[in-house]
Formats: sequence, C-alpha cells, structure tokens
Amino acid sequence: MMNYEIELTSKEADKAYKIDINKKRIDHRILLNNIAKKAFFSSMIFALIVLGLLLYRIGVQSIGWIDLQFLTGKLSISPEKAGIFGAIIGTVGLICVVIPVTLVIGVSTAIYLEEYATQGKISGFIKVNLSNLASVPSVIFGLLGLSLFGRFFNLGSSILAGGLTLSLLVLPIVVVSSQEAIKAVPGFLREASNGMGADKWTTIKKVVLPVALPGILTGAILAISRAIGETAPLVVLGIPTLIMRVPKSFMDDFTTLPIQIYYWTLDTVLTPEYANLAAATIVVLLVTLFLMNSVAIFIRNKYQRGF
Amino acid sequence: MEQKTNVRAIIKNNFAKKKRTTDKAMPIFFLVCASVSVITTIGIVLTLFTDAYKFFQKVPFSDFFSTNLAPLSPEPHFGILPLINGTLLTSLIAMAVAVPLGLTAAMYLSEFASDKVRRVLKPMMELLAGVPTIVYGFFAYSFVTPLLMKIIPTLEAKNALSPGIVMGIMILPLVTSLSEDAMKSVPEAMREGAYGLGSTKLEVTLKVVIPAAISGIMASFVLAISRAIGETMIVTIASGSSKNFTFDITQSMQTMTGYIVEFTSGDAGSGTTGYYSLYAVGLMLFLFTLVLNLIAQYISKKFREEY
Repeated sequence: MMNYEIELTSKEADKAYKIDINKKRIDHRILLNNIAKKAFFSSMIFALIVLGLLLYRIGVQSIGWIDLQFLTGKLSISPEKAGIFGAIIGTVGLICVVIPVTLVIGVSTAIYLEEYATQGKISGFIKVNLSNLASVPSVIFGLLGLSLFGRFFNLGSSILAGGLTLSLLVLPIVVVSSQEAIKAVPGFLREASNGMGADKWTTIKKVVLPVALPGILTGAILAISRAIGETAPLVVLGIPTLIMRVPKSFMDDFTTLPIQIYYWTLDTVLTPEYANLAAATIVVLLVTLFLMNSVAIFIRNKYQRGF
Repeated sequence: MEQKTNVRAIIKNNFAKKKRTTDKAMPIFFLVCASVSVITTIGIVLTLFTDAYKFFQKVPFSDFFSTNLAPLSPEPHFGILPLINGTLLTSLIAMAVAVPLGLTAAMYLSEFASDKVRRVLKPMMELLAGVPTIVYGFFAYSFVTPLLMKIIPTLEAKNALSPGIVMGIMILPLVTSLSEDAMKSVPEAMREGAYGLGSTKLEVTLKVVIPAAISGIMASFVLAISRAIGETMIVTIASGSSKNFTFDITQSMQTMTGYIVEFTSGDAGSGTTGYYSLYAVGLMLFLFTLVLNLIAQYISKKFREEY
C-alpha cells in the first residue's frame, strides 16, 4: 500500500530512498551479526582462559615442591619433609578394587540390556534407574557407603569400603559406555556366529565382547579417572585426617591424592606452605588423569574398527 | 530319507553335547549383575529414609524447617533453612555465570565456528569438565577469593561468591555441550530456509535454531542446577561452615553438601542426633536433585519438537 502511494508521488526519488533504507538496514544487520560472532567467541575463549589460569597458578605454586622425596616420602607435619607416597598407594589400592568390581558388574549389566533384554519392562526400568543413579550427588553415595559398607558390613573407612563405594558411583558410566560399544557391534557378525551353530553365550564371548572391547576399555578408563578424582564420598566415609602409615592391605585405613589436597587446603590457614603441597599434589593428580585420558583416546583411535 | 534323519540326528547330538547349561545360566548371572544398580538405588533410598526417620523421632519438623542451625551446641538445633539458603544462593551465582557463557559458547560452536575451529575448541572445553572438583575448590580458595577481595574489600576469606563463580565455570562445559547437541540436532533444512529469505547467521540462530532447540537447552540448564546443588568440594573448601541465615554473598555460608562433609569428618558418633541429621540433610539433597532431574526429563520429552 505504502509503496504504491509513494510511487504515485515520485517514482525516481522513491527508488533511491528505498535502496538507501535497505542498504542501511542490511549493513546494520551484518554489523550485529559480526559483533555477536565475536562476543560468542570471546565467551568461549573466556572459559579456556580460566582453564589456563588455573593450570598456570597451580603450576607456579608447585614449582620446587615436586621431587623424588615428595613422591616417595611419607606424610609429615613439617611441609619440607612431607610426601604423598601413602596417598599414591591408597589411590592405587582404590583402583585395584574399583576396576574388577565395575568391569564385571558394569559389562554384565550392559550385556543383559543389549543382548538379552533389549526391550521390555525390566530393561526399561533398569535404564531409567541407571540414568537417575548417574545424577545422584556423590556425597549421597558417601552416605550410602558409610551406612552400608562402613557400618553394616563393618569395613570402617578401609580401602575396600572406599573402593566399593566409588564402584557404585562410577557404575553408570561403565554401563552406558559398554552399552554403546556393544550396540556398535554390527548385527551380521552375530548372525554369522549363530549361523555357524554357536549359542548365544558363545557368540557374546567369542564375537561381541572382543569387538566391543576397545569401547568398553575406553569407558572403564574414563570411569576410573572419575573415581580417582572423587573426594566427597571418601571424606564422608570418615577417612582420618592424618595417616602416617602406608596402607598394607585392603582392610587398612588409607588416604588418596584428592583427600590429601583437601586436608592440606584446609590447613593453609595454619601453615601457608601447605598450599604449595596441595598444588604439587594437584599437579601429580592432573598428570595422572591426563595420561589416563590419553591412553583412553589412544585405545579408541587405534583399536576401534569400523564396519 | 535316510540321509535326512542322519543330519537331524547329528544336529541333535551336537546340541546335546554343547554346554546348554552355561547358555541358560549366563542370562541369570547378567540379570543379577544388572540388578546391582537397582539395589543401589533402593539402598540409597532405604538408608536415607530409615535414618532420617530416626532423626525426626528426636527432632520435630518445626525445628528442622527453621533458621536456627547449631548442631554442636549443648542445646542443639537442626534448622535446615540456612543450608538450603546457602545451597540455592551458590547455585544461583553458578547459573548466573554458566547460563550466559554456556549458551553463547554453544551458539558459537554450533552455528558460527568452522569445523576446524570446533575440532580444536571442543576437546579443550571438555578438559574443563575433566578437572576434579577438589582442584576447582583449591582454585576458588587460593586464587579467586584473593582476586575478588581486591574488588570487594569487605569480602570474607570464606564466602559464597567465589565458590559460586568457580562452580559456574565447572558446570559451563555441561551447559555448552548439552545445548550444542540440542542445536546441532535442528535440521539443516530449517536453517537453509531462513538463509534463503536473506537472514544473517545471528538471525537464524536466534529466531530459528534456538526456538527449535529450546527443550534441550532448558533441560541442560536444569541439569546444570542439579549438578551445582549436588556439588560438594568447591563449596566445602571456599564457602566455609558459617551456619548463619543470611543473603549476603560476601559472607561465609554452608550448603547442604558442605554440612554433610563437615559433620562426618568431624565427630559424629554413630547413633547421635547429629549423625542422623546427616541423613535428614542427605534426604533433602537427594529429593532436590531427583525433582530437578525429573523436571529435566519431562522438559526434554514434553517440549521436544519432532522434525
């Protein structure tokens, strides 16, 4: 309507005017687009800068504190003599409990869900349950561990109690990643195996699991690196503040790297050097996690077969 | 005819020889393993409810839902409102950081970044998610708090602001990756339609992609709040253990998770009211996160647009 009226008054002027308006509007829109692009990019970069700052700060604070004596020394009250050998052994002990428990239960659950009960009420229920379990805060698992393993089975705050608690915590991760790995095994492999007269269990054992193994291992490593970094459930289990002894069996009290970081951070008010010890322990923890994740990525890239 | 029966007999014979028992027994074993996750959930609910029940036999509801929290005084009070207040305030600060940064970062990754840039930036973002929370706690306490003190001189050494901000950084990768997944699943044809009408990238993102992906984006926000509420170590280290009911974020305040950690690592003898109060607080925490997760599932199911 508008255009028509203007056209009546002055055809030429209107044309120029319309082009001008459009150009202005388009320039404006493109400008907005470019500003937004830069703004979005900078919020992305902000997160990475924070990550960089975090690593830089911890690196600076730990300089001069990480040496052989720190890695192999026992815990001590004086910062210069303190070492994290006990925490390293405790962490290793914890992994030794978590790996077999989560692998057996997690992979079996995944096999059940993917091979035996692909549909139906039971598997649906287990799947919903797993996804809810994955989002339960880790402190709650600590409370479960405290009353179930700590008090009911009378394991106290031993490596076994801690390991079992963390196993339950990371179980959903292992199940989901194993499920993905098993799902990715193509159907024709199973059919070929069945066609040769193999029963279901033989097919799973000889065909499905070997093909799915890289995926399962990747998931297991990720789950274990989650368990290594976990602090809250273990603190709730009631691990004593100062453990001078190195644990000798699975029934001994223990400390892990994150717990050591926690207590040293709490005590920085009393002894400022503890901050350096905490930073040095963080470096050890982060390097361990980084190596484990690298191994996981390596396994995934090297052994995952495409069909 | 003879040959046929022969073949049949051979097959029958073979089947009998095969270990049919293992094939029949394995599913049962897998089902038992699969039920571990269900038993874990039942265990969590059972321990929380029974011990919280014992708590409420000793402490009336009116005392529990009050602002008076003094568990270690000679006349103990167990009001949970200061804890809920601390939890919600720190989580809100975290969301104030994570939502704008996460959403814009997701828009950048999904809509603006080239494939090359995305392949570099995304794994770096995921590194942030892999850092153990205890490390973030150390970072908040030893770096962010002193930094904020320069801007806000009245800030206490332990406060709600610094762990809130750091927690926002922690949940940022969650918001980013879930929102990006939601945006990526919007079909390309819809974008192309908008481009064909002359839209800029920003207009396509804001007017086409985000409305289409809104259910996934909202779900990612809710999951992020749930994660922030359940987060333990950052708030335990950097927010302190003041049990005052206050809205002043420059002061120390305790969260539900922080209370659980402080009280178990302290002297909560089994059977005392203080010990049972852990489970009452744990139950509240569990219900909070459960409800949020159910909301997230509801949102992504109910408002999902199918294309």
